[in-house]
Amino acid sequence: MAIAIRAEKLVKEYKGGVRALDGLGLEVEAGTVFGLLGPNGSGKTTTVRILTTVAAPDSGEASVLGFDVVREPQEVRARIGLAGQFAAVDENLSGLENLRMIGQLNQLTRGSAKLRANQLLEVFELTGAAKRSVKTYSGGMRRRLDLAAALVNSPPVLFLDEPTTGLDPYSRQALWQVIEELVAGGTTVLLTTQYLEEADRLAKMIAVIDSGRMIAQGTPTQLKAGLGASVVELEMKSATDAHQVGEAIRLRGTTSIRVQDNKVEIPLEGGPSQLRWLFDLMGEVGCEPHAFSLREPSLDDVFLSLTGHQAE
Amino acid sequence: MATIALEQARRGRVMSVVVDAAVLAERNLIALVRIREALFFSSVQPIMFVLLFRYVFGGAIAVPGRSYVDFLMPGIFVQTVAFGAVGTAIGLAEDLQKGLVERFRSLPMRRSALLAGRTAADLVRNVLVLFLMTVVGFLVGFRVHTNAPAFLAGIGILLIFAYALSWGFSIIGLSAPNSETAQMMSFPVLFPLTFASSAFVPVASMPGWLQVFARNQPISIVVDAVRSLMNGGPTADSVIKALIWSAALLIILPPLAAHRYRRAL
Repeated sequence: MAIAIRAEKLVKEYKGGVRALDGLGLEVEAGTVFGLLGPNGSGKTTTVRILTTVAAPDSGEASVLGFDVVREPQEVRARIGLAGQFAAVDENLSGLENLRMIGQLNQLTRGSAKLRANQLLEVFELTGAAKRSVKTYSGGMRRRLDLAAALVNSPPVLFLDEPTTGLDPYSRQALWQVIEELVAGGTTVLLTTQYLEEADRLAKMIAVIDSGRMIAQGTPTQLKAGLGASVVELEMKSATDAHQVGEAIRLRGTTSIRVQDNKVEIPLEGGPSQLRWLFDLMGEVGCEPHAFSLREPSLDDVFLSLTGHQAE
Repeated sequence: MATIALEQARRGRVMSVVVDAAVLAERNLIALVRIREALFFSSVQPIMFVLLFRYVFGGAIAVPGRSYVDFLMPGIFVQTVAFGAVGTAIGLAEDLQKGLVERFRSLPMRRSALLAGRTAADLVRNVLVLFLMTVVGFLVGFRVHTNAPAFLAGIGILLIFAYALSWGFSIIGLSAPNSETAQMMSFPVLFPLTFASSAFVPVASMPGWLQVFARNQPISIVVDAVRSLMNGGPTADSVIKALIWSAALLIILPPLAAHRYRRAL
């Protein structure tokens, strides 16, 4: 299998001693989506910045399509596209002017840059708004323009930093479709997200990071399988009851549970027989559940069981 | 997506800095025309200062040997380009805040092009603004008492000094967490320099301790040079000093700004 993106022992510290990356390594297979999953401040954006040559690592190595991000940045830049959570487009320019500028900065001639801009505007259904200032665009339109800007140089490797954060469900679906089409065309995508559903749907491999370190890696299926078969959801009579049951379970060593209002969620790490233990326990503390259900684990559960805290 | 034939430009290193900077300067100039605040800062505000000093404060300010409006306009020219440089700080802080710097850095363009483009756009803006202010000056009674070459030499000095200031304010913009802070950081630098100077009043009218600062700081020196070239009087000394100041700033500030830019993310 060909590796498109490789990173080894990346360390990056920001002013004030905040260690954004603490020895992170990863490998992304060419032509696949790699999902980098983690809460705010876990180091996702820093990873993307280093891999796209925007920032330099303090130590460690990284390469994209075999080109070192520190020693051969121009080679890397010619082969990548970056779309970020901020929709980095110039609000004062029109959509067309934005894309033409990016094309020219990608070293296209002015004529070619304009040609490419118009082509992308059409693909992303922005032709009608091409000459309007981006200030007048909706959130979804900006995000589409941002993605279009990342595709101006038809990059074989695409970095998407939380591409759907803040998007409405319809725009999110549409963006997912575009990403899937790109990958079908052979593009390698590294995607960061806080949405576990997004990683589950798009990524072939997922790495979960927390505090700048990788804490788990695998296919969505593997990650979910590592969690035991199912999750028990208990609906208690009151929030007090739920809290009490939660505490009792934690006291006995199962920490990866979630208590919210009058609901308690427990991964059945010990298999089905753990159910009896659970009910006995509830009997002991004198709180009977009001309702009860079993479900397949989600990536939310993966995150919780790996980090001991919930994805924010 | 249908494949279309795209032409990649082949350029040498220097040429690609120039072309990339020109592309980015064009972007800033488009914005200048489109953003209302930018138009305000670069034209409406300076006109208001002309009217304020010419018709409100001017009557109370005595300048020996010439009319106040002739004394005032060179000061207004310098103040206008100096205040205009705040736009550079705001613009760069915004580019950083909105993730544009991030995007630019991920592109195969020359890194130095962002600052080179921004400051080049400022230069073009200053040419336009100084033209506008000259017209406004003539409308309120300003007259050049030397000759056209001397007047143009004065404009030249203004442009060189303003270009140096653009680099200085880039540093502020790249150090600020957002555009509001960039603006707030700019004014404490700008106010003492423009108002405790020879721009609006004769320095001799200030208390002794302030005169020491007011006489020797760069804004006063540039104002004196431009004033001597437009009002008449001895020019050599102040012009040479103004050029030395500008050259010194142009040697020191661009590398500092470039350094700040490299470390900005």
